[in-house]
Amino acid sequence: MSAPTTSPPAPPPARAKRRIGDVLFRGSTQVAAGIILVALAGVAIFLTAEGIPALRADAAHLAGESTFLAYAWPLLFGTLLAAFIALLIATPLAIGVALAISHYAPRRLANLVGYVIDLLAAVPSVVYGLWGANVLGPAMVPVYRWLSEHLGFLPLFAGPASGGGRTMLTAGLVLAIMALPIITAICREIFSQTPRLHEEAALALGATRWEMIRMAVFPYSRSGIVSAVMLGLGRALGETMAVALVLSAFRIVSWDLVSGTAPSTIAANIALSFPEATGVGVNVLIATGLVLFVITFAVNFSARMIVARSEKGLVR
Amino acid sequence: MSPIRIRTKERPVSTDDRPQDPPANSASGRATVGTGPGQPVAAGPDTTGPDTTGPDATEPAAVAPAPDGPGGSGGRRAARGSAVRGEVSLRAPKLPRWAPLLTALVATAAGALLALTLGWGLIAFAVVSAAVYAVALPAWALVVENRRSAVDRLITTLVWSAFAIALVPLVSLTWTVVSKGAPAFSAEFFSYSMRNVVGEGGGIYHAIVGTLLITGMAAVLSIPIGLMTAIYLVEYGAGRRPARVINFLVDVMTGIPSIVAGLFAFALFSIFFGPGVRMGFGGSVALSVLMIPVVVRSCEEMLKLVPNELREASYALGVPQWRTIVKVVLPTAMAGIVTGVMLAIARVAGETAPLLVIAGSTDSVNMNLFAERMMTLPVFAYYSYMQPGVPPQFGVERAWGAALALILIVMSLNLLGRLLGRLFAPKTGR
Amino acid sequence: MATSIDVSDLDIYYGDFKAVEGVTMSIPAKSVTAFIGPSGCGKSTFLRSLNRMHEVVPGARVDGRVVMGGQDLYGSDVDPVEVRRQVGMVFQRPNPFPTMSIYENVLAGNRLNSRRMKKSEADDIVERALRGANLWKEVSDRLDKPGAGLSGGQQQRLCIARAIAVEPQVLLMDEPCSALDPISTSAIEDLIHELRTEYTIVIVTHNMQQAARFSEDTAFFNLAGAGKPGRLVEMNSTKKIFSVPDDPSTEAYISGRFG
Repeated sequence: MSAPTTSPPAPPPARAKRRIGDVLFRGSTQVAAGIILVALAGVAIFLTAEGIPALRADAAHLAGESTFLAYAWPLLFGTLLAAFIALLIATPLAIGVALAISHYAPRRLANLVGYVIDLLAAVPSVVYGLWGANVLGPAMVPVYRWLSEHLGFLPLFAGPASGGGRTMLTAGLVLAIMALPIITAICREIFSQTPRLHEEAALALGATRWEMIRMAVFPYSRSGIVSAVMLGLGRALGETMAVALVLSAFRIVSWDLVSGTAPSTIAANIALSFPEATGVGVNVLIATGLVLFVITFAVNFSARMIVARSEKGLVR
Repeated sequence: MSPIRIRTKERPVSTDDRPQDPPANSASGRATVGTGPGQPVAAGPDTTGPDTTGPDATEPAAVAPAPDGPGGSGGRRAARGSAVRGEVSLRAPKLPRWAPLLTALVATAAGALLALTLGWGLIAFAVVSAAVYAVALPAWALVVENRRSAVDRLITTLVWSAFAIALVPLVSLTWTVVSKGAPAFSAEFFSYSMRNVVGEGGGIYHAIVGTLLITGMAAVLSIPIGLMTAIYLVEYGAGRRPARVINFLVDVMTGIPSIVAGLFAFALFSIFFGPGVRMGFGGSVALSVLMIPVVVRSCEEMLKLVPNELREASYALGVPQWRTIVKVVLPTAMAGIVTGVMLAIARVAGETAPLLVIAGSTDSVNMNLFAERMMTLPVFAYYSYMQPGVPPQFGVERAWGAALALILIVMSLNLLGRLLGRLFAPKTGR
Repeated sequence: MATSIDVSDLDIYYGDFKAVEGVTMSIPAKSVTAFIGPSGCGKSTFLRSLNRMHEVVPGARVDGRVVMGGQDLYGSDVDPVEVRRQVGMVFQRPNPFPTMSIYENVLAGNRLNSRRMKKSEADDIVERALRGANLWKEVSDRLDKPGAGLSGGQQQRLCIARAIAVEPQVLLMDEPCSALDPISTSAIEDLIHELRTEYTIVIVTHNMQQAARFSEDTAFFNLAGAGKPGRLVEMNSTKKIFSVPDDPSTEAYISGRFG
């Protein structure tokens, strides 16, 4: 298949006549694909158009802040912090669950578990929010109290511990549970795509199951795991309702994970403030939405890049 | 630690020496025995079990070479022994099959003891038991087997506990929603709106109507666009530049946060209908933005699974490309497409944030997608919880009831999708 | 209803890669012509160019002429879809449509082009095609069962029935027996033997005995060298090719000395 011959001398043969059915059908698929282009351009254009007035907003619409950046920064901080906590918790769990499904559990159990994890993904976010605020938060209160008493010297657990459990850590936990199915699903897919030959080669060398996974499965799926985590991050960043229900909104910058005064996130802030917002206040919220869009776009984009780059190098 | 590490290093060396240096047998005997105490000659895999029930098993192992060593004069037995020695011993000390169970029992007992004496709760008990197990079993394996096997057992434990931890929220969530939501269910709950209701009573009729209308409209918008785009990507575009661009845009679209989709719909509609616009159709548009990429991806996946041979067979019969796609490719992929589409619908049916922004909230039934605010189940659950009214317990109860109804709708869509997929699957008849 | 095919100076490209170079041959009507040669020498590509199937691969194109019944298949006003209706094809692996019954599979060529026909006419076509493919006796009692439920050999005969149901002039077969067991293979070979009275049959095969058994003419393809395009080495009557071929490399290939 190498060494292409010298370029062909004659021009390509004339196109045969086209059938009207083919032309119409092909045309309509192209229109559909075009709509996606238009929709995405629309998202960018309309958000920008409606967001720009926020840059000139006055303090009355910026919750007392003088500039838009000063308004948005604490929210951005809260968004990133919550998503970071979520990933810290979700990633090892997801990899463990994915391994359990792909390499440890017997096939029937694995199928069942895979299905259960998919169900976890199907639960609406508002239900997670209700559960986080009502069940998880209160259940974690003793833990928070313990953390602030014994590890209070760390800024993370400075306290005072929240009495209702509506803390950053609770929000992070809920987000972790919500990001778990995505990461698990992708990791599972990638783990089960490990070439059988590599696995058997490792086992034939006398490797234990874990050594086989380390030798054959992980190197093969490293980029896949990274992109799975990034996609989970994308979901955690943009998640709205769970955070809106769990956290009482404060626009502050605070590292304290166990106190009741926690920084809110961009998405939750929009959901909480939007119904009451008027005039330029709406534009301010849309502008923060644009910021969120740009961040998730960057995260997703780099995830895809990582996958694309490694796919080039991997001969499957 | 150190003797064990030596043993694991020693073993392969000794197996290498043995064939070429028979007199050295006794010297390397320790290592040989490390791989199989007792009678190495007549041992099946089962008999190694009882020999290695505890850490003590290494002790006899160290002494064991004597009966079997070069000094052994029983002719036949010695011959067989050396025959085995001449080859490679395949046996290694191994924990009995019931070791994990025993460890689990001990760990549970230890956890229970601590929990009882110190008055801990259920969670602390589970955590302590799991921790004891995760330390004890690898430690035992480390003593009896070797370091590699101990690591293997540790990881196995961790993998399974990750799995167990992941199940906890699911179980807790299901239990909470069902137990708190079920009491709200009644005929009134499903057949009344919240119009003029203060305190007790009222229902989610208006929210169910809204969810069905908005989600249905979103499906009507998304399915043709998504399916046709997938057909374009798989059948027409295949690797060319425009298809690659669309592919990338679909990826970008997948990552749009749901609240941003709501803001987009709001920004779009407020340009046409003035600021402060709220309408159900806007919600459908927002949901479509979230749904189209999911539909595209699942349809694309399914179309790619259709073997090329079928397309070629159809072309070879003189069938034009579009008829091939419509009559051969799509029917073959139908099962997966139906499932994928249903899962996509189920996913957006539970979306809250975009509807909060563009569809708004109301207490009355609104059947018109193109005018006025429209209530939906997730938004209803959210507001009933955040602003339960006075006295609050009725609002909160309705919130849980709406959450349960929402979960039931989403799950039945989910199951329906899988069921339909099975129904549409090509039959082999074999 | 069978016709001969005259190929003159045909080059086939995939993008910039020239796969087959300068083939000139004449395929006689109502006979079996076999293509043999080592793997990757372009014989399947050449076969697919005879009904413009190779165009399914993006970037594929040809230079040269393929004349069938006085028309150049690559003429500017020729519709590839029409070409394929006249030149049927059977593939290496049996590929019945999984969503269709045996009955619908046979009628696929007609139905997919939404030709309207009466039930009796349709029944007629199905029976004729299945009888023609020696499959009628085996499946006449379960025509409404899925085609994918048949055995491999039966599936391949179903595919042949599907191909002849549209009454083509030429039947191209791309290693039709290579995925089948010996018994099914012999059934297909018998079938090909019978079909030659009505169709012009061109078959690609790796099995030299097969070519010798039932073809009238044999064409030997080979690569001009590593990385070079495939070409036609010689085409002669099967008897001559297998006894006294003109080209030494043909003899070497047939006697198993290479390839």
